[in-house]
Amino acid sequence: MSEHHIAVTINGRLHQATVEGRQVLGDFLRVTAGLTGLHLGCEHGVCGACTIIVDGKAVRACLMLAAQADGTSITTVEGLAAPDGTLHPVQQALRDAHGLQCGFCTPGIVMTLAALMQAPAPATEETLLAAMSGHICRCTGYQGIRRAIRALTARPPGEPA
Amino acid sequence: MKPAPFDYVAPTTIDAACALLAEAGGGALVLAGGQTLMPLLALRMSQPFIVVDINRIDALKGVTRVEGGTRIGPVTRQNDIITDTILAEALPGLVTATQHVGHHQTRDRGTVGGSIAFGEPAAELPAAAVALGATIEARSIRGTRRIAADALYLGPYATALEPDELVTAIHFPDWPAGTITLFREVARRPGDFALVGLIGAFAVTGGRIARVGIAWFGMGPTPIRARQAEAALRGQPAAGLDARGVAALAVADTAPFDDHHATAEYRRTVGERIFSRALAEASVLF
Ligand code: FES
Ligand code: FES
Repeated sequence: MSEHHIAVTINGRLHQATVEGRQVLGDFLRVTAGLTGLHLGCEHGVCGACTIIVDGKAVRACLMLAAQADGTSITTVEGLAAPDGTLHPVQQALRDAHGLQCGFCTPGIVMTLAALMQAPAPATEETLLAAMSGHICRCTGYQGIRRAIRALTARPPGEPA
Repeated sequence: MKPAPFDYVAPTTIDAACALLAEAGGGALVLAGGQTLMPLLALRMSQPFIVVDINRIDALKGVTRVEGGTRIGPVTRQNDIITDTILAEALPGLVTATQHVGHHQTRDRGTVGGSIAFGEPAAELPAAAVALGATIEARSIRGTRRIAADALYLGPYATALEPDELVTAIHFPDWPAGTITLFREVARRPGDFALVGLIGAFAVTGGRIARVGIAWFGMGPTPIRARQAEAALRGQPAAGLDARGVAALAVADTAPFDDHHATAEYRRTVGERIFSRALAEASVLF
């Protein structure tokens, strides 16, 4: 079984570690890096709870190996809010709209929405809602999440449609 | 839910990857986007000795125009297919099919080559490769060969690729300007594998169907080419097509099965309906 030295930038800080070839990125981030805001639900790519941002893209942390993350830049939910605690707009929108209950699915949903909001292609209500197919929420019935998405993509008054 | 132990290697050249596959003598698996392989490893349904990660091989990425067609590197991400400007022009049907693969988050990593080489019978891209007449370039230390997508799929998840072969490109031939591609998929939820799906390309010249390629997915053990329907359409006047008759012929080539998602009968019935409706809609455009 192979071992690999990796250097990964996580939430702006460089982490170096030695990992087994088979170690999954989600386990590395939770167990070794201590970032338990990342939730592992199904561990095989179905639920979306583990979604993080790797080099600007929303990906499932259970479907990457830690060794594959060598040289990448990763953002987890811990890295979104401002240092003074001000929530990221996506977090604030979900909070305002009651878009979470138990909160297990929430870090993944937050990371998908944050990735799409910062992507070069404009985030529309339609694209954000479509991306929610990649997440399972057992509590909210999704309506609060839909309201949060609507609030995030609402055009400021006066801006042309 | 942790993978069984294996050695992980991430070569940066095609030659190095082929050498590793040859040396492993069948004990290696190729890791591309990982959106199918990683679940199989986690569930220990797959227990390779060596995982050869091809994500660091730049020569396997990107879309280029070549003589008579488009070459797609197997490690091109599915979301990059959707936004590619060459493909928007040359292969709009492939772009549409790719929009139906998995979810945004899985398409950010999932690759074209991974999906085509894995050969899930209900997946979109293998059927798209068959319908659009793609050929798969495979390399090993023994040499390079090209396999028609049509001849690639032998059974569920079984392909003509040898264990030491690496997919190095997928070539899609050009279709004439004005070719119409139809894509239909019936699934319970967006992102699920299809219960029934089809992709068909129709090139009409001088009022007749000059070239046609139709493939089903979710309708049998492999993507299935609708040969009888293709033969019935080829050379026919595009006006006044018997959409229902052709749809019945197309379904005659399928071999759907019963599973906990749907019965074979359901798949045949729905397949015939979506095909005949799609053809009737398209004939207005021919
Ligand atoms: S834990 Fe990764 S998708 Fe469920
Ligand atoms: S808030 Fe409980 S699973 Fe979504």
